[in-house]
Amino acid sequence: MNLLEMKNIRKSFDGVEVLKDISLSVDEGEVIAIIGPSGSGKSTLLRCAVFLETIDGGSISYIGDEAAAEYNGAVRYASAETLHRVRGYFGLVFQNFNLFPHYSVIKNLTDAPIKVQKRPRDEVFEKARALLKRMGLEGRENAYPHQLSGGQQQRVAIARALALEPRILFFDEPTSALDPELTSEVLKVIRQLAEEKMTMVIVTHEMEFARMVADRVIFMDGGVIVEQGDPDQIIKDPRHARTKAFLNKLDGGLG
Amino acid sequence: MSLQTMISTLSSGMLKSILVYVCTLVGALPLGLFVAFGRMSRIKPVQLIIKFYISVMRGTPLMLQLMVVFFGPFFLFGIRTGSSYRFAAVIIGFVLNYAAYFAEIYRGGIESISRGQYEAAQVLGYSKAHTFVYIILPQVVKRILPAVTNEMITLVKDTSLAFAISYAEMFTMAKQIASSHSTLMPFVVAGIFYYIFNFIVAFLMERCEKRLSYYR
Repeated sequence: MNLLEMKNIRKSFDGVEVLKDISLSVDEGEVIAIIGPSGSGKSTLLRCAVFLETIDGGSISYIGDEAAAEYNGAVRYASAETLHRVRGYFGLVFQNFNLFPHYSVIKNLTDAPIKVQKRPRDEVFEKARALLKRMGLEGRENAYPHQLSGGQQQRVAIARALALEPRILFFDEPTSALDPELTSEVLKVIRQLAEEKMTMVIVTHEMEFARMVADRVIFMDGGVIVEQGDPDQIIKDPRHARTKAFLNKLDGGLG
Repeated sequence: MSLQTMISTLSSGMLKSILVYVCTLVGALPLGLFVAFGRMSRIKPVQLIIKFYISVMRGTPLMLQLMVVFFGPFFLFGIRTGSSYRFAAVIIGFVLNYAAYFAEIYRGGIESISRGQYEAAQVLGYSKAHTFVYIILPQVVKRILPAVTNEMITLVKDTSLAFAISYAEMFTMAKQIASSHSTLMPFVVAGIFYYIFNFIVAFLMERCEKRLSYYR
């Protein structure tokens, strides 16, 4: 089943075209990793998908619900109600967590399901506690974000996104703000979600992780998708010169 | 004049000073928020008008502003203001002036909250109003508390400027007694009064800060 369909997406910032006719389709259960050099437009693509940026051209639809489409050359977004409903289909995990610092861990998780989705309190709390357990954060429910390590904060952020029961979860460089030792605990959680067949689109710089967790890897550069396909093939045996150059540079950095 | 009668005469002034203080805060604290919204408005004319208002309020003496508010209606428009207008003029003058300062403090606080907070709230589905009231504003309050405390302390002392339009607050009374009895004692009492007043304000605000120190 198709969850997300982005077609011919174009996006410019101050006349500079950041996304040049990009299409992305995500099926249920699929894990997609988007890689590429900084400035390639991968984060922008993600931010367009979750309506944090408005697109200049193309269309976006979730599970058949049209969120944005082009009419006579101008993009029109759906009504506020439709967009609100569509927002319920996805969750986003930010690079720098963006937890609410004045809310305890449990309130970060439960507030939106109760206030936005109007779900029953008891059920929401029960589910939130189960999520924290899955994230290895048992017993931290009354802590405040500043009392947690970066890795723990990011796991709370993942749990917060999951608490709204999204069909698809986006990650915008989820480990880029973390120390290497904290990175692994977050990646472990994401890998666990992949095993549970959570649909995910992950913008990442962790090549080895992308190779292990993703069903499909997309390499972006200069606002276009240069190549995409099987993770092993893309990362171990890229076809395009630009992909090769990018991966070589990363290897060089490690060597 | 005995100290006791002096203090009892001054105490009516003290009550009036406290009244001016409380009314000014009740008016200026919320008004400042709306002024801050205007200052941050995307509508250019609104932004410019508010900018001008703030610059006048900050750029001219509060004493002069009080006089304009009090005498202005008559000298500018020939309106005869009633005797009750004196108090109203004091409050209008103080509220307009302090709202401008509070607005700039609010603006600084609001603009210091990272975009990520808004973005997270948006993706989680919160409405704009809910995001501002429950997610942004509490964090703003925590950040601006020291600056607001500063203004609140300054206001205690500024209430004495109401003497410029002969409003019978603490300082006006002290001056009257001092000149009619040729003694400096009322000023000493006034000084102690302002100090104790501010001591209480600072103490209460510190408690507020402590209460908000559970997060960073």
